[in-house]
Amino acid sequence: MTRPLLEVRDLRVEFPTRRGTLVAVEGVSFEIAPGEVLGVVGESGAGKSLTGAAIIGLLEPPGRISAGEIRLDGMRIDNLSQDAMRRIRGRRIGAIFQDPLTSLNPLYSIGRQLVETIRTHLDLGEAAARQRAIDLLREVGIPAAERRIDHYPHQFSGGMRQRVVIALAICAQPQLIIADEPTTALDVSIQAQIIALLKRLGRDHGTAVMLVTHDMGVIAETADRVAVMYAGRVAEIGPVAEVIRAPKHPYTVGLMGSIPSLVGDRERLVQIDGTMPRLNAIPPGCAFHPRCDRVFARCRRERPELLDVGATRAACWLHAPDAGRAGT
Amino acid sequence: MSDRPEILLRVAHAGKTFDVSLPWLARTLGRQPRQLLHAVDDVSFDIRRGETLGLVGESGCGKSTVARLIVGLYPPSSGSITYAGEDVATLASGKASRRLRRRLQMIFQDPYASLNPRWRVVDIVAEPIRAHRLVTGQQAIRARVDALLSHVGLAAADGQKYPHQFSGGQRQRISIARALASEPEFLVCDEPTSALDVSVQAQVLNLMRDLQRELGLTYLFISHNLAVVHHVADRVGVMYLGRMVEIADKTPLFRNPQHPYTRMLLDAVPDLAMTGKSRTPVAGEVPNALTPPPGCTFHPRCPHANDRCRSVVPQLMPAEGGAMVACHAVEERRIPVVAAPAAAPSA
Repeated sequence: MTRPLLEVRDLRVEFPTRRGTLVAVEGVSFEIAPGEVLGVVGESGAGKSLTGAAIIGLLEPPGRISAGEIRLDGMRIDNLSQDAMRRIRGRRIGAIFQDPLTSLNPLYSIGRQLVETIRTHLDLGEAAARQRAIDLLREVGIPAAERRIDHYPHQFSGGMRQRVVIALAICAQPQLIIADEPTTALDVSIQAQIIALLKRLGRDHGTAVMLVTHDMGVIAETADRVAVMYAGRVAEIGPVAEVIRAPKHPYTVGLMGSIPSLVGDRERLVQIDGTMPRLNAIPPGCAFHPRCDRVFARCRRERPELLDVGATRAACWLHAPDAGRAGT
Repeated sequence: MSDRPEILLRVAHAGKTFDVSLPWLARTLGRQPRQLLHAVDDVSFDIRRGETLGLVGESGCGKSTVARLIVGLYPPSSGSITYAGEDVATLASGKASRRLRRRLQMIFQDPYASLNPRWRVVDIVAEPIRAHRLVTGQQAIRARVDALLSHVGLAAADGQKYPHQFSGGQRQRISIARALASEPEFLVCDEPTSALDVSVQAQVLNLMRDLQRELGLTYLFISHNLAVVHHVADRVGVMYLGRMVEIADKTPLFRNPQHPYTRMLLDAVPDLAMTGKSRTPVAGEVPNALTPPPGCTFHPRCPHANDRCRSVVPQLMPAEGGAMVACHAVEERRIPVVAAPAAAPSA
């Protein structure tokens, strides 16, 4: 296997508050190879967006990385200064967020925003940067790019705006793109177009993508591997086909069963009772144990680490070598 | 299917137009004409007692406006809506409105915005009971609220809390309890699970199905999520730019969609089964509703459009498999019949 482009080791993100420290992400480790799409799924509050924000150095204070390390192409980036990080952000790591309207400045034409970004990161003159901007707009599928470049964000539809944001993210040919719910605000037909575009970019430029979303369908279509997060930790990580067809963690099993399908007829959906614990009330042992239907004594005591289960890894004591004999 | 239940709700050629013109002075100075937005245009359908009609479409297709027309929040600009034989528009105002409101309730998308943050849950749920004087006496009202809360899976003690103390899924349960408080027959649900996580969505969808079985409720279920509609609905209507383009029983609609827009929508849904189906790339976007294209509004994106499609508005007509489809190409059999998408054996 080629050397991973992004390595995250034991990442911990915490928020100091007056009533104690809230740990939002803990012990999260994964890697992404060049050209690979890693999907990160989970429900609201699972810590998936914070993991993305930590990598790109955009954690909102007082949130901070309190342990672990993040390496981009072998170089540590979690302890860089604001200035050094600013040079990496945009140049080597691009970002796409959920709402394209808030990612664009409404007062500048998209051309000006693209040219500014290109010239910040690449050594190009005004004319060359403008030409590159037009090429980029064409690449992300904006018709009549040479005319549209002088338009303002409000003159674009939601889907077209998200294309502009993608053009901004890729304009310095970053090695990694963090896409946080890039299709959530879009209608299904537009969503399919954006997914196809992201896939094509990964293939054509060898860009690695970390795709954060709550939509398992988007992951199934786009990702090579998927990490399922629950209560700030990775519950399961593995090849996407494996995780979707044969999930190993009881949470992933429930999550997959709770998604309505377009085929077949089911009287009821699989239901995981209860809700994800709040950050200030994470249960001891496995955070999922109060909702798990296969819980046993060890789950309530010890927190499971990721264990190899075939091609996947799951943080669940069911898969420990000596799990068979365990009683409740 | 021989003795079908009575028609509870009939929407006949309903339309809703909004005046979105600039203010008079600006309009006069700028020499701008009046601008009308046809949010809903000539929409007709029936819902029978005990069934669930799903309504799908992309943002701006008019599905939420249909919901508001049905519960009487908007008067229709044209056409009529009758509930159990009575006209909703005339019922919506005046004394008779109470009777309608009791029988017809609505659940909204955002459980954060649809509950009064200053009221305790017990008062939120008790309000319809008090308003309709269904039960009298503090004790009896309290008992009824407790029963409703436990019915939707909340504890009686939760009645003393405020909405902000609940998660999104629990708040939607409160909305459902409140809607059920007036003992309605018909619930209009406008994207009731769109703001919820999938596992919570599953809880709410299961609850809604249990309640339907138990209480014999009739649902109009609006969603942009085709998989959710596939799960809950008996029949499905597909809307595009204010018009109904196809309406059919669930199974034929999902297995053998007729209208090119329905086909496109179904094709665009990310596929969890990863069957590796080849996609027809979806072209274009929904046009501006202020200046809809002439003829069939879908024609600029339709691979089967011809001159007739560009000039004549298609009407809903019976098509294969009992579906009603508004498409010239389907009517003229210009669309090659495609094999039904591989349907997994039902579990």
